[in-house]
Amino acid sequence: MHEKLVEVEHLKQYFPAGGFGKNRRYIKAVDDVSFYIHKGETLGLVGESGCGKTTTGRSLLRLYEPTAGKITYDGKVIFQKEEGGARIAESMTPYRKKMHIVFQDPYASLDPRMTVGDIVGEPIDIHNLAKDKKERYDRIIELLRQVGLNSEHANRYPHEFSGGQRQRVGIARALAVSPEFIVCDEPVSALDVSIQAQVINMFEDLQQKLGLTYLFIAHDLSVVKHISNRIGVMYLGNMVELADSFELTAHCMHPYTQSLISAIPIADPKVARSSKRIVLEGDVPSPLNPPSGCRFRTRCPYADEQCACERPAWKEVKAGHYAACHHLDKCN
Amino acid sequence: MSEYLLQIENERLSFFTPAGEVKALNNVSLHLNDGEVLGIVGESGSGKSVTAYSLMGLTAHPGKLVGGTLDFNGHRINDMSEREMRKMRGNEVAIIFQDPMTSLNPVYSIGNQIEEVILLHTDKNRKEAHARARELLELVGINEPEKRLKQYPHELSGGMRQRVMIAIALSCEPKLLIADEPTTALDVTIQAQILELMMELKEKLGMAIIMITHDLGIVASICERIAVMYGGRIIEYGTADEIFYEPKHEYTKGLLRSIPRLDAEEKERLVPIEGTPIDLLNPPAGCPFAPRCDSCMKICLHQMPPAMEFSETHYAHCWLNQKQAMEGAATNA
Repeated sequence: MHEKLVEVEHLKQYFPAGGFGKNRRYIKAVDDVSFYIHKGETLGLVGESGCGKTTTGRSLLRLYEPTAGKITYDGKVIFQKEEGGARIAESMTPYRKKMHIVFQDPYASLDPRMTVGDIVGEPIDIHNLAKDKKERYDRIIELLRQVGLNSEHANRYPHEFSGGQRQRVGIARALAVSPEFIVCDEPVSALDVSIQAQVINMFEDLQQKLGLTYLFIAHDLSVVKHISNRIGVMYLGNMVELADSFELTAHCMHPYTQSLISAIPIADPKVARSSKRIVLEGDVPSPLNPPSGCRFRTRCPYADEQCACERPAWKEVKAGHYAACHHLDKCN
Repeated sequence: MSEYLLQIENERLSFFTPAGEVKALNNVSLHLNDGEVLGIVGESGSGKSVTAYSLMGLTAHPGKLVGGTLDFNGHRINDMSEREMRKMRGNEVAIIFQDPMTSLNPVYSIGNQIEEVILLHTDKNRKEAHARARELLELVGINEPEKRLKQYPHELSGGMRQRVMIAIALSCEPKLLIADEPTTALDVTIQAQILELMMELKEKLGMAIIMITHDLGIVASICERIAVMYGGRIIEYGTADEIFYEPKHEYTKGLLRSIPRLDAEEKERLVPIEGTPIDLLNPPAGCPFAPRCDSCMKICLHQMPPAMEFSETHYAHCWLNQKQAMEGAATNA
């Protein structure tokens, strides 16, 4: 269980944003993020829009070419690059069978002109996982059953399905290659509450049955806490805190995590009336021109000069509890 | 007329589509006092937005009010002409839409859009309208209002745009503010800012608010009364405490069980509501929730349960409560 399946070290992902030559500007979508995921566990990533959580998931699968960093999968380095240095990049083809992704929007991530059977069958065709048509068909039906759909759904088109059912198709497609590791990119945020619970439970059941490892990305901390063993909190391209999910929600240390948790309305009138919100001032700064030093300092109630010039180090504060802040003692 | 600010009685509204009549609202009744905050919760397609839009006469073709009466602030909305309606909209009742990115006009400046409403509804001249717009931006917590008035929507962030929407809605000090998922498109920390602002303004201006949302957390923290909608009906209505601590309808109970809670002490499995929402083209004859209900009985399938009252402020439409409701009525009498 405590074997690291995926490890990411100092991952950087910059996107060019206008300008030429020396004046070329970059959006630092992910800037020096490190974490690892154990076999069979779920790591949750939370943060506001634009904080780089989706980009982290995609760079990890090398759907983008990372600017710098090191990605290790199952003990093997699949990508390593230092800024301006040599680059090691394994061919991803064998790994595409091991790592897969479920996208956020079940309306946009399924081809409207393919039947559900063909959508689920596509990875099987690409990786030659079925010997003949019969085997391919049987596998598709098995996959659909696994996600709670049935065989007659295979001949239908995506528009005939509801949002929850479409998300199930997306999951069946990800499972088609029998992966070990799945990046779930906001898989439930487009769904209604009652359907959300169905899909969350299905993720948990599949994990138990198939021994899957998840990177679960979402902006809803309550959902992430429910499904994850550990949670990482991101802000403007940086990881600010990472800990066990119960530890994080009960004893968070970073001022951003504290305000994030206090801002979530709790579905209990008595608790909601008595709890005090830490309301953050202002908006998230533009990633094109992030603040110097600690990126959270423009909205942080504890910020001082040190925060402006020095970037806080990523350190282990307690066993398994990481945070990056200069003033951890002040805010706790 | 009615003693309430807003009273809806047995509203029925249908969309007449080529595929048939979609019964979006079935006998919806609710009332609201001055300065009250009512939350309407429900899944997509449960009719929560349609209820609010019909109050402002914003039902789009092919929708049509089929029955019932709507009284607001001394007007009978059913009988109003488009001209009268236009006078009322923005003046006595205003709305904030879900998506601040698309509900502002990209080719007009912020100032222009706020002043437009003021010029239309009051007899202020341009100069006074400009001063009022400035004042409104200050009220909703936007700094450097003079500069913002000249800016265009694309220059502002999502939270700022929603603040501008609120400023427009408040420009004529309406008696009722309808907020249709005002924070769904925003991040949690910005959501907290906007909710705080709305509550502050409610205290200051004393208006009533109808908050439409699917987030039970939001209704728990700001609403006094809650209407739970399902399949075009209000299936349960009560104060926040009654809905959260003594839910009577199986759907409300299911909804409360199916959300993960941030303050849970240990990991519990969620209890989802199985199945999918009903098709309003062919609604079931009985209770709309019957096909998904675990405790569904024979009667549920062919007869809609009447409202059963548990207290003066709390009722639910569910056959399971019949016995309890009758006992309650007996003790009250």
